[in-house]
Amino acid sequence: MAIEVRIPTILRTYTGGAKSVEGAGDTLAGLFSDLESRHGGLRDRLVDEAGLRRFINVYLNDEDVRFLGGLEAPVRDGDTVTVLPAVAGGMA
Amino acid sequence: MRYDSLLDSVGGTPLVGLPRLSPSPDVRLWAKLEDRNPTGSVKDRAAFCMVASAEKDGLLSPGATILEPTSGNTGISLALVARLHGYRLICVMPENTSAERRQLLELYGASIISSPAAGGSNEAVRVAKELAAAHPDWVMLYQYGNEANSRAHYETTGPELLADLPQITHFVAGLGTSGTLMGTGRYLREQVPGVQVVAAEPRYGELVYGLRNMDEGFVPELYDESVLTRRFSVSSADALRRTRELLEVEGLFAGISSGCVLHAGLALAGRAQADGQRADIALLIADGGWKYLSTGAYGGSLAEAESRLEGQLWA
Repeated sequence: MAIEVRIPTILRTYTGGAKSVEGAGDTLAGLFSDLESRHGGLRDRLVDEAGLRRFINVYLNDEDVRFLGGLEAPVRDGDTVTVLPAVAGGMA
Repeated sequence: MRYDSLLDSVGGTPLVGLPRLSPSPDVRLWAKLEDRNPTGSVKDRAAFCMVASAEKDGLLSPGATILEPTSGNTGISLALVARLHGYRLICVMPENTSAERRQLLELYGASIISSPAAGGSNEAVRVAKELAAAHPDWVMLYQYGNEANSRAHYETTGPELLADLPQITHFVAGLGTSGTLMGTGRYLREQVPGVQVVAAEPRYGELVYGLRNMDEGFVPELYDESVLTRRFSVSSADALRRTRELLEVEGLFAGISSGCVLHAGLALAGRAQADGQRADIALLIADGGWKYLSTGAYGGSLAEAESRLEGQLWA
């Protein structure tokens, strides 16, 4: 069992078109490094010097990681990580 | 209850317990019924406050044109007040929103400019900003950045909740412009130590997240992360399931964003119960189910309803 990482359409150029990839790590940062080793350039789209990029939202088991420790959020096998661009959505 | 006019009757909505959905007498869910507003949604609070503010600042005079990016509810609220105060209203709305929303807007006399489905409300905002720049005499109240939006909730929604539920432990609302969460959240945090302010964010189909590049991403100007305690992403499948649960178990006919909110609320309730903590969780029911009937959300199997929602801006 690994960690499933769901990739938004706009970033699938880094995963050969795959909408979902697998990775491993103890923290989100570790997971991103692991993904980078197989999908070069992906991490740079998610993270900058200040941390998670402003227009990127990352959800760990459907919760925004910014409230779970951000890049230091603990992750483990069986978790699902969903990456989505920040959008205005509906509800307004 | 008596008011001088329809617009004055905004707010003061009921808070009803959900005894059948609440896990125990110590962990209770409550629903604040925002469909009991003049146009049937929570947006009446923000819209009326934004217009009142603009009038006070001398930005709006009779015959003025108001322009707004909206996926429906805010437009409908603005359409009512525009009609009664003598303004023209133009709404920029994604084309993949339900027929009822468009019908209501047109009934009130608003004009609609459709923005492409791909890119959802981001695209509506972008188109509206372009139009505003091209028409400097038009007034864009801009719900995503207008402080009168969150202020309406700081001044009304928050105090109402506290008066009805002084022992409140959690407040859960949908996340759109963030006005409801920011205004109500700020107020509750000031008044209730340890209160949790929780966002329930809809997760749409891929079409809505189709940006041309990452710089097209959007975070509402009103959004202040520090006001929130947690933020849940809720799939259309879960939102639908919970919307039906509200109806079937509690008899509450609510819009689909309320299903999102219930989903997050139940997660919080489960957690409180597991921790042996008491909880009084207030759920913001933004509107009734009427505008969503044509989406097929309430009939047929869940799987059928889910596939019908795919590609739609359902909240």
